[in-house]
Amino acid sequence: MATIYIDNKPYEVGDDQNLLQAVLSLGLNLPYFCWHPALGSVGACRQCAIKQFRDEEDTRGKIVMACMTPVNSKSLIPPLNETRISIDDGEAEQFRESVIEWLMVNHPHDCPVCDEGGSCHLQDMTMMTGHNYRRYRFKKRTHRNQYLGPFINHEMNRCIACYRCVRFYNDYGGGDDLTTLASRGEVYFGRFEDGVLESEFSGNLVEVCPTGVFTDKTYKEHYTRKWDLQTAPSICVHCSLGCNTIPGERYGEIRTILSRYNGEVNGYFLCDRGRFGYNFVNSDRRIRQPLIRNDGSELESSTPAAAGDKLASFLSNGAKMIGIGSPRASLEANFALRTLVGEDRFYNGMSANDSRLVASAIRILNDGPARTPSLREVESADAVFVLGEDLTNTAPRLDLAVRQSVRRKPIERAAALRIPEWDDASVRELVQDEKGPLFIATPNSTKLDDIATQTYRATPDDLARLGYAVAHALDPAAPSVTDLSDTVIQLANSIAQALKESKRPLVISGTSCGSEEIMQAAANVAWALCEDGRAGEVYFVVPECNSMGVRLMAEHDVDAAIQAVQADEADTVIVLENDLYRRAAEESVDVLLAAAKHVIAIDHLTHRTTEKAEIVLPAGTFAESDGTFVNSEGRAQRFYQVFVPNGDEQESWRWLQELMGAAGRLEAPTWENLDDITTALANAYPIFEAVPKIAPPAEFRVVGQKIPRQSPRHSGRTSVLADVDVSEPKPPSDPDSPFSFSMEGYTGAPPSALISRFWSPGWNSPQAINKFQIEVGGHLHGGDPGRRLIEPTQNANPAYFSDVPASFELRERELLIVPLYHIFGSDELSVLSPGIAEQSPQPYLALNPSTAANLQAGDGEAVEITLDGVAHSLPVKLSPALPEGTAGLPVGLPGPCGITLPAWSRVEK
Amino acid sequence: MSEPIGEKPLTKNINLGEAPFDLKQYESAGGYQAVRKAMTEMAPEEVTGVVKEANLRGRGGAGFPTGMKWSFVPMGDRAPKRKYLVANADEMEPGTFKDRLLLEGDPHQFIEGMILAAYAIQADVAYIFLRWAYKKAEALLGQSIAEAYDAGYLGKNILGSGYNLELYLHTSAGRYICGEETALMNALEGKRPIPRTKPPFPQTSGLWGKPTIVQNVETLCNVPHIVANGAEWYKRLSYSGNGGTKLFGASGKIKRPAIWELPLGTPMRELLEEHAGGMQDGLKFRGVLPGGASTDFLVEEHLDLPMDYEPVMEAGSRLGTGTMVILDDKTCPVGMIRNLELFFTRESCGFCTPCRDGIPWTHRLLDAIESGDGKDEDLENLEFIVNTITRMLGRTFCAFAPGAVEPLQSGLKYFREDFEQHIREKRCPYAS
Repeated sequence: MATIYIDNKPYEVGDDQNLLQAVLSLGLNLPYFCWHPALGSVGACRQCAIKQFRDEEDTRGKIVMACMTPVNSKSLIPPLNETRISIDDGEAEQFRESVIEWLMVNHPHDCPVCDEGGSCHLQDMTMMTGHNYRRYRFKKRTHRNQYLGPFINHEMNRCIACYRCVRFYNDYGGGDDLTTLASRGEVYFGRFEDGVLESEFSGNLVEVCPTGVFTDKTYKEHYTRKWDLQTAPSICVHCSLGCNTIPGERYGEIRTILSRYNGEVNGYFLCDRGRFGYNFVNSDRRIRQPLIRNDGSELESSTPAAAGDKLASFLSNGAKMIGIGSPRASLEANFALRTLVGEDRFYNGMSANDSRLVASAIRILNDGPARTPSLREVESADAVFVLGEDLTNTAPRLDLAVRQSVRRKPIERAAALRIPEWDDASVRELVQDEKGPLFIATPNSTKLDDIATQTYRATPDDLARLGYAVAHALDPAAPSVTDLSDTVIQLANSIAQALKESKRPLVISGTSCGSEEIMQAAANVAWALCEDGRAGEVYFVVPECNSMGVRLMAEHDVDAAIQAVQADEADTVIVLENDLYRRAAEESVDVLLAAAKHVIAIDHLTHRTTEKAEIVLPAGTFAESDGTFVNSEGRAQRFYQVFVPNGDEQESWRWLQELMGAAGRLEAPTWENLDDITTALANAYPIFEAVPKIAPPAEFRVVGQKIPRQSPRHSGRTSVLADVDVSEPKPPSDPDSPFSFSMEGYTGAPPSALISRFWSPGWNSPQAINKFQIEVGGHLHGGDPGRRLIEPTQNANPAYFSDVPASFELRERELLIVPLYHIFGSDELSVLSPGIAEQSPQPYLALNPSTAANLQAGDGEAVEITLDGVAHSLPVKLSPALPEGTAGLPVGLPGPCGITLPAWSRVEK
Repeated sequence: MSEPIGEKPLTKNINLGEAPFDLKQYESAGGYQAVRKAMTEMAPEEVTGVVKEANLRGRGGAGFPTGMKWSFVPMGDRAPKRKYLVANADEMEPGTFKDRLLLEGDPHQFIEGMILAAYAIQADVAYIFLRWAYKKAEALLGQSIAEAYDAGYLGKNILGSGYNLELYLHTSAGRYICGEETALMNALEGKRPIPRTKPPFPQTSGLWGKPTIVQNVETLCNVPHIVANGAEWYKRLSYSGNGGTKLFGASGKIKRPAIWELPLGTPMRELLEEHAGGMQDGLKFRGVLPGGASTDFLVEEHLDLPMDYEPVMEAGSRLGTGTMVILDDKTCPVGMIRNLELFFTRESCGFCTPCRDGIPWTHRLLDAIESGDGKDEDLENLEFIVNTITRMLGRTFCAFAPGAVEPLQSGLKYFREDFEQHIREKRCPYAS
């Protein structure tokens, strides 16, 4: 710690900081633009000027930039005896005001028509400095704007040239198509030519840009001011990482998603799928009323009462029910279904393969000594071995974390030269292109390859063999692999060496290759590191937002459910938020749905399964429900209802509770709110003991007040429904959470799990996050939300896995079909957002050029593959990295569905 | 102050109108003897030592003591494996053409200086960062470097000393800001030429993050003479404690605009009246930018100042490059300053706010005043911008903007009546 004097008052601050960090962490106000807690300092904007004094005697002082001045003045040249600064100094204040005035010389002052208005750091900082009258009386320079794709709107005239966009996009995010062009007062931030931004993290520009240059184009299509949005803390549903989000709603539509800062999980950033994938909530395919199959065998809209009657008619007569849960439904919804049908008759709704693989991940994390890191901890890993995962496409935010981890090793050199880590440009200059160890072993090339030390392309079995070989190189007691080529042995040795030489080695693997052997090999590597006395960590990417949660709850998968129905053990099937056609072979799902006498589906979207149901009940999406997801880290996180839907949609668990009533089950009426069900869940499962504690209960109040979902400036309270009734309606009640559906309530900072918006007086942009952190860029006050459910067993000494697969053998007439993933396209829900759909590729079959040549199939030509007995015709896409004798089939795109991969298939032209 | 010994080492081989010395001629004039001496008799630290003792100060404008700069470079086995020497030959300061004379007049002297400086810091690679427009120098340097390689002064195991040095000539794409040493390094790396923050200083993390020394052409040209003749001799070349001669130049409406090598500390009046031959007939001296476009005006009362770092600084300006731009009484000072600010507006790298957005504003105001659209509050606004940027470093990212406003701030001080008259009469009184 260092003592600094700010306007003659002493403060204790962390001594590795700069003065801007220190000042903001103390809760004081100082305007800034180019600095960002995640990006560090470059000193471009000159906005955070303060006065620094030599000592108490010095009355003149010198203007310095807080962001470029270390709190520890001893490192300055010439050294000062103490750090004594003034924020309130008149000359410093005047300088800061001047900087705003200069920035405003060319700014269009178009706040009334700018999407950033009300969420604008430039507005906030302008107010903070007191600048209000522009003396510049000449013509402003104007720029031409670019088309940047479906997500980002470009309005360069608003630019104040803080350089944050390119620093985030390129330096932090690894992009290369957004750049600084021209010079002097003409600097331009854009692409060489119009076109879709290529980074999967482009959406963060919306929050990184301090003004309205980069704004959310999807928001623009149904724009409303930030202060008119109704918001609640939420969790992203589009992959297993559980990034924290703030969805904003008005008039029954989700309009935008912002990142909800969680210091352990996503920090400031989201991927574009998470940010722009929300439009499924507003989709035409939403189910708004109960649907009942009529005599003409068509589903027609009905009422909850009619549906209730119908359900009662066949549930109360001793129906042999089974329930199929879902890895995309909340713990509470799955638990309600499991309670309705009974533990033995509840199926987790995952494909057999996914269920087996996620179980494997849980077992490894639970029984072994290796811990799974949070995303923040991934950023501080100093050697990373990725085994089997195309992170950019299966867990995008993890890609961004790994991009930070490769900086750890080289950054040690900066410390040796006493260059502080926050001095971003200097550190990057010193480090140049040097990267810490990152090894990527996957079936196909990945976007992270650019920063990898070495890559390896092989079939899942051969990837597992590499993993096993690395583990063996680390610990001879781990099973060895026979018949490895010299290249692979060498690679395994260098990976082992790099992991061994690091302080925080990390293995990242997951389920996406469909191979348990890969995951076990990854476990062996992490365990061998632990055996060696190192803090070996392992991260498993799993398929969906609650795969971990539902697999912790139940073992039986969809295949087991199909067998149960086929064996006539069940005649009534309740399907929760699940399209079974994505889980099992088409033929067997057809059999299941035909064999069951009654099929009841609860979901928010129509799909092939709901189309075959007898009754369909409208579920709320994440935005219309409360619940808990468990992410791939094993972190249970709560999401809250953002708005009350206009139709009959409600939480699935509420429908299930009604079903229990219809079935004459007595425990149903005792669940009055979410807390009751999480308590019941915790009682039923020791692993979920912490779930009720992840956020304050519904009766929680701050000084007797609820926490409002609406800002104090929310407009139209008395007029929005004036065409219906001139008296103001009572706001909807919310029995499930401490939130109100109104603007009334406590406007200060709530507990971290209940932050529905980042706002603080004078801080209307996302930069208000500063006011919620213990230290800027660090953890939230009161700790980051969520509770880890899975911790490694201390002193565990499990036997190494030893099922080393045989090496891949080419087959004469068949190819091994391996799964490939697309950030835009592979996810079931986000692809209903037009922008995501636009970015999603057409179905294809990827082939190595020599394999394609053997088939005499050129790029784009159709070939036929046969999977689960069904033939599919797909155009060929040449993928040079893909191993010979294999073909890559993108998952989730239209076409083959519910296929267990890898699988062998004939491929013919 | 002792009388200088009167030698002119920098320009002794230069005969205007004749081709510069080739390697043979240069050698027979005593050239490369300093390299031979250093390689055979001197440890690298001794070279640094003699330069330090000679009180050679940087001739690029900032005047930092050269030997001291070199002594910050990590030496020995634990030093980073690559080190660089960069010659800043990106001479683009308006009114400045001294390095051009040295580059075109005696390229081998310059190369010899580079070899010595590189040896002193044990650099592996040296670059010449040359102004794009110096086509003649480009050709001459190319030839001279090839000759030096052939003669074994460059390359592997120079003169059997075991010391290796590769020298590359890089011709700039052409921006004024590239003359700022850290922006220059970025440009050399193929990045945007924006300056870097200090610390870290280039001596520890410079080109490609390695220890680097950047030195002006004229500074380097002094080094062979210091090594050959010693520090004491060098100190006796000047009027002051700062060693050496200096190339002084003058442009403007004087009788003989030119460059002269004279002792540091030569009075300005002597330069103007004796060497430059005084003002052209019918014109009177009005003011002078003593060290290039980014230095403050000095006026009549300062003419007896010695042209040396400290006295010019004390008078409120900077010695800068030592090349004077002279303003006469028939040229509009507002127009002159407007042109200068237009130059700086165009040459700002656009990184930091005061420079990118503040300086263009001064140009717009000056342009309005000069063209008769000035308003009463314009002077106040000009002064406000100037005072906010000021010469006090640290407010802007680099020294560009404080330098850019120097002629303006002093112009407002010395020629205020001109500004007021423009605004009052809504026209330029100098326009015929």
